[in-house]
Formats: sequence, C-alpha cells, structure tokens
Amino acid sequence: MNDPIQVLTLFLFNIVLVNIPLLYGTVGEIVVEKSGSLNLGVEGTMAIGAMFGYLAGCAANSLAAGLLVSFLTAGLCGLLFAVLTVSLQANQNVTGLTITTFGLGLYFFVGKGLGERWPAMTASDGLVKGYSALEIPGLSKLPVIGKALFSHNALVYLGIAIALLVWWYLNFTKTGLRLRAVGENPGAADSVGINTLLYKYVHLIAGSGIMGLGGFYMALYMSGSFEGSNCWINGYGWIAIALVIFANWNPVLAVLGTLVFGFFNTLQIYAGPLAGAFPGPLGWLSAIPPQLYKALPFMITAIVLIASSVRKREGSGQPAALGLNYFREER
Amino acid sequence: MKKFLALALAAAMSLSLVACGGGNTSSPAASSKPAASSGSSDASTPAPAGNGDFKVGAIYITSQNDVAGYTFQHHNGITTAMKDLGMDPATQLLIVDNVAEDYDAVCSAIDTLANQGANVIFGISFGYIDAMNDKAGEYTDICFSHGTGYMANDTNFNNYFGRIYQARYLAGIAAGLKSKELGNNNIGYVAAYNTEYAETCSGINGFALGAQSANPDATVYVQKINTWGDENLERQAAQALIDTYNCGVISQHCDSAQPQLVAQENGAFGCGYNSDMTEQAPNAHLTAAIWHWNVYYQTAIEAAIACNGDAAKFVENMGGNAYYAGLAEGFVDASPVNEKVAAPNTAAVMDAVRELIKSGEWDVFTGVKLSYNISDDGKVEIIKTDADLVDADLNVIVAAGGPSVDDGVIKGSMDYNVAGVQEG
Repeated sequence: MNDPIQVLTLFLFNIVLVNIPLLYGTVGEIVVEKSGSLNLGVEGTMAIGAMFGYLAGCAANSLAAGLLVSFLTAGLCGLLFAVLTVSLQANQNVTGLTITTFGLGLYFFVGKGLGERWPAMTASDGLVKGYSALEIPGLSKLPVIGKALFSHNALVYLGIAIALLVWWYLNFTKTGLRLRAVGENPGAADSVGINTLLYKYVHLIAGSGIMGLGGFYMALYMSGSFEGSNCWINGYGWIAIALVIFANWNPVLAVLGTLVFGFFNTLQIYAGPLAGAFPGPLGWLSAIPPQLYKALPFMITAIVLIASSVRKREGSGQPAALGLNYFREER
Repeated sequence: MKKFLALALAAAMSLSLVACGGGNTSSPAASSKPAASSGSSDASTPAPAGNGDFKVGAIYITSQNDVAGYTFQHHNGITTAMKDLGMDPATQLLIVDNVAEDYDAVCSAIDTLANQGANVIFGISFGYIDAMNDKAGEYTDICFSHGTGYMANDTNFNNYFGRIYQARYLAGIAAGLKSKELGNNNIGYVAAYNTEYAETCSGINGFALGAQSANPDATVYVQKINTWGDENLERQAAQALIDTYNCGVISQHCDSAQPQLVAQENGAFGCGYNSDMTEQAPNAHLTAAIWHWNVYYQTAIEAAIACNGDAAKFVENMGGNAYYAGLAEGFVDASPVNEKVAAPNTAAVMDAVRELIKSGEWDVFTGVKLSYNISDDGKVEIIKTDADLVDADLNVIVAAGGPSVDDGVIKGSMDYNVAGVQEG
C-alpha cells in the first residue's frame, strides 16, 4: 500500500470533499455582506439548515426536499436577522451572535429531543443515493485530478456552481450592481430610487439560505449521526466569516480560499500518510506539531487582514457601509 | 419607538433561548422520571435510613444532559449506582456541569458543592487534579475522589481508573480473528492521542496484543486526531486509515460512532469504545471495549457512607487510595459480540480469555503470549508461549516468561507502542 500517487490523490480528494461547506458558508456570507450587513450568525444558520434539512430529507426520502428545507429554514434565520437589524435597527454584531447561540441551541434541542426517534441516514436511500459520488464522464478518468476534482457528489458541483453564479450576478447584472450600491452607500442608492429595504431583505434571506445548504452538506457528510456532543458544523461557520475577508468578497476567490483552508484542515489527518508516502521530500511533515495545523488557517487570516489594512481601501472588496445600519429618516 | 421594539424583540429572543435551555434540561429529567421512581420504589424499601440525607457531588466536564460520550457514561454510572443503593439522584445528587479543566473553575465548583452539603465529591476529568488535591486538604470533612488521576492522600482523597486495556485485549481478539478471516492484516485505530498519554497508548498496546494473539501477522495502524473529541476529525481519520492503509477493521479511542459508521460505509468492520455501537453500525461493529462506571461509584459511595461523617476513613474504607479494577471486578468488559458480522468462534475465544484474565493467572503486559487452538466443534484451547514483550523499536520490555509490567507503568509512565503498532 502507500502508493505515493494514490496518497496524494486521496489527499486532494479529501480537501474538496471535507471542506465544501466552507464554500457555501463563505458565498452566503458574501451575498449578505455585499448588502451592507455583517451577519456573525453563520455557524447557527448552518446548524439550523443542517438539522431541519436533514430531518426533512429523511422524512421525504429525497435530497431535493432536504436542500429546499435547509435553504428555507436557514433563510428564516436571515429573515430574523433582517427584521432585527434592517427594520428595527438592532446592533448587527450582537444580533449575529444571538443567531449563532439560538441556532446551536435549537440544533441540540431538536436533536436531543428526538432521542431514540432520530432517523438514520442509511434508512433513506434517497439521501444516500443523492450524496453518492457522481463521476463526470471523461474528466474523472484523468490521473490524480480526475479523482480529486471530478468524482464528487452532486452537492460539491452545486457549491461551485453557486459560487460562479453569485460572482456573475454581483459583477455582471443590473441587480448585482444595485446590490453593491446598497452595500457601499445605501443613502446614495436610496436617492436614485433603489428599494434598499427590499434589497437587504432579499439578500439576507438568500445568503443565509446558501449557508444552510452548506449545513445540509455537513449533515450528509457526517452520515446524519447525531450524538449530542459536537455540532456537525464544528466551527466551519466561523472559518467562513474569516474566509470572506481572505477572499476579498469575491466568490471565485472564495473557491480558492476554501481549498487553501481545506489544505491545512485535511493536512491534520494526512500529514502522516504523506510523510510515509514521500519520505524524502515530505518526511519533515510528521515532525510538525499537529496543533500548528489547527492554528495555521487563522494565522493566514490574520496576515491577510494585516495586508489588506496596509493596502487600505484600494482594491478592497469590502462594502463601505458594512456593518452600519441604514435608517433613511436619519439621512 | 423602533429602538424600543428592537430591544423588546431581542429580549424575547433571549428569553426563548432560556426557555429552550429549560426545556432541554427538563425533557431528559421528565423522560427518566418514571424509571427513577420505579427504580427507587423497589429499591428504597430495604435502603438503610441513613442514606436519606447523604449527598453525592459530581463535577462534569460537559453536561448531565448529554446523550452520549464521556460525561454521559459517568453520569449514567453515578445515577445507576445511587439507584442500586436506594438513593434518589433527583434530590441526593448535586452536579456542577461544564466545568473546564481550569484550577479556579474547579475550586469554585467544589466550593459550590461543599456549600450545598455534598458528603462525597467526584471529579471526572484529569485536569481537575490540582484543585481536587488542594481542596481535599481544605475540606477534611468531605470525601474526594478523582477519576483518571494519580494524586491522593491517606485520609479523604483517592483516585480511580480501570484496566480498560484488558477489555481492549478482548476487542483486539475479535479484530484479529476478523482480519484473519478477511485475509487482510491491516487494522486501523483512530486514537485521540497515542504515546502522549499512558491511557491511550496502553489501550492501543492492549488492543494490538489481542489482535496479534488471534492473527500473528496483524499490524495496527494508528491515526491520531490530537483532541479527545471531534466527530469530524474522527470520520476523516477513519476514512484515511481505510483509504491509505487499506485497513479492514477499524478500532477507536474516541467517543463518537463515526469511525464505525465509516467502516460500515466502506464495507469494513470495527471495534467501538465506551458504548456498544452495534446499534449505530449493525453491519460493521464487532464488539466494543466498555466501562461499567457504576461498579466503582457504588463501591465509593458505600465507602463514603460507611465513614459515618468521618471523611478521614474514606481511603481506609476503599482499601487504598488508588482504585484500579478491571475485568475481574466487572469494571470494564467487551460488549456482546455482534454474531452477524464477527468471525466464527469469536465469542468463544473471548470468553475463554475473559475467564483467564478474571482468574488472575495471566495479564496482558507479560512475557507470556497467548494463541488459540479452535477445534471443529468450537472448543477453544488457549496456548501459552513464553515470549519477550518488545516495543516498536524492538527493546525488550518484559523478558520471556516474565511478570506483568507495574500498574504504575500502565496508568502513568507507559510511553511506547508494542511491536506491530505503527503510527500513520
């Protein structure tokens, strides 16, 4: 065993497989932040999408039902955030944290409440089939990258497609342009007749819904096994918020960011096998203290933050009005 | 007006959170109530009257409401022991939940329990050690008992742990027989840590020796996750063992059933830990190394009650200040074999070795190796062979025929893997 090429292929494959929820969370948060709202509730929103999407998927024995319900329930979290911060002008940071606490609380409340009646994923062949790998004809036969990139489940491709779609929407459509205007300067957008309230509501709900899809993915990845000590989301929501900055509010760069963060996440497990497979060039990997792998993604974010603040606003994708509530009567 | 509304809504939301929390605590209590009352109704009649105002205190690393995992196992053990002693956990068990391994946090938890009148205090997590040691000197009228630790005194403070390596040896037999049947000598082991803690590496070593007794060619590949609990990493580690080392059997030293689920998804097999995971992975799980914590808690609570108010007699009543029991006392065991997937005769071999260990004739870390002769009618003959016990670097730990390594080594200073274990 320990064929070097195969270990490398598996390493790359797992970077994508395990870390796609980060992409959903990041793209969702980009949509939200582009409307000028800083939603720190990603972790809780994903937990809600995961819990209810999974339960609905099991009940209906269908992947599509799970996707729909996770989008809708997570969207409700976005609606709650919108009501509190857009209509009622509540502090965005506090509201976001509230949603995280609320979402995780509800996750454990429902999961533990179900107890023995918790549905097993193996009992729902609709979910099992929906989550099984889908090989892209031709491409999946390529060496190394065929397995690593083109033989994943449908939700991996959906995540990439959503990222590309959001990128196109933000940069090449009229509504995308208006959305960015709302995020940069809601007063100016309002003055030219853009319904800022509607834009914020719609994009908070849609962005949160996308996060919920990531939660649903996580539920399927964990085989829907609820044990009550860890949440499935496991901190991915927080990393997604950091990834937004890393990706400079660009959904395409978010794909890259996901792979970079995923690289270190997966290296925690694969450092040993890689060191064994490539004893010469990578043997040093096994000497690195594993705690460093847990810290590295956040250290990189800190470095990116420093770099982006040095370069100031030039080229930064951060909306100017991010985190500021807009109240048209105070204009 | 809008600000006020926002405030009111936020308040309502946080209130609903509190309500959720409340519901959370009350629902398991409500569901366990019928069991509790029925348990006490048939047990409370013969209970000695003196138990009525005896208070048991417990400090948990997570919550009493957990549905699985380390705290769950201990809470279950304490409540079972109390019910068996005719005590009512609802009124006589005092708990401080979610106490981090932080000196000040543990001290204040102990103060809380002492003020509430606890007569004996159990701390279940290793990092509580210093605070419990200091507070045992301060509250000399309370019995202190620390799980997985090594500190103690001669009066009111002991520590407790079990010979889980014996249970792991039995699980190793099941894994070894299965690997032989599969014709695949690679066995995986998802471990929280390895040689960093004697607890983890003694478990790995016990398991590996058990596997080798049934399949001399077996190799145990260890994948560490460097944390006591992370379901996501546990899944990744198990998958990596199957993918990169082609392991056909997956064992684990971590709480969740994820490694067993991964084994099942990949058509592999596995040995769980802490609870019988056959329910979660019926097509993969062979047997699990499990604890019966109530065995210890019942002994300790009885000893504390027998102090009759003089906590200084606690250690004497316990017969020493370090409780270290195993298969013989029923403190640890292997869960019933899942006959549907286990190799033929697995249960028979495990039973024979279980009796051998219980008899005290033989133990795992000695200079005597076991192998088995299974006749056609399923009769098991254990063959003992004198052989050096060697570590992974082929240093001799125990010479052929030699006695078991010291208990102190197994509990505290073991920091090596035996031959046949490879850290991935």
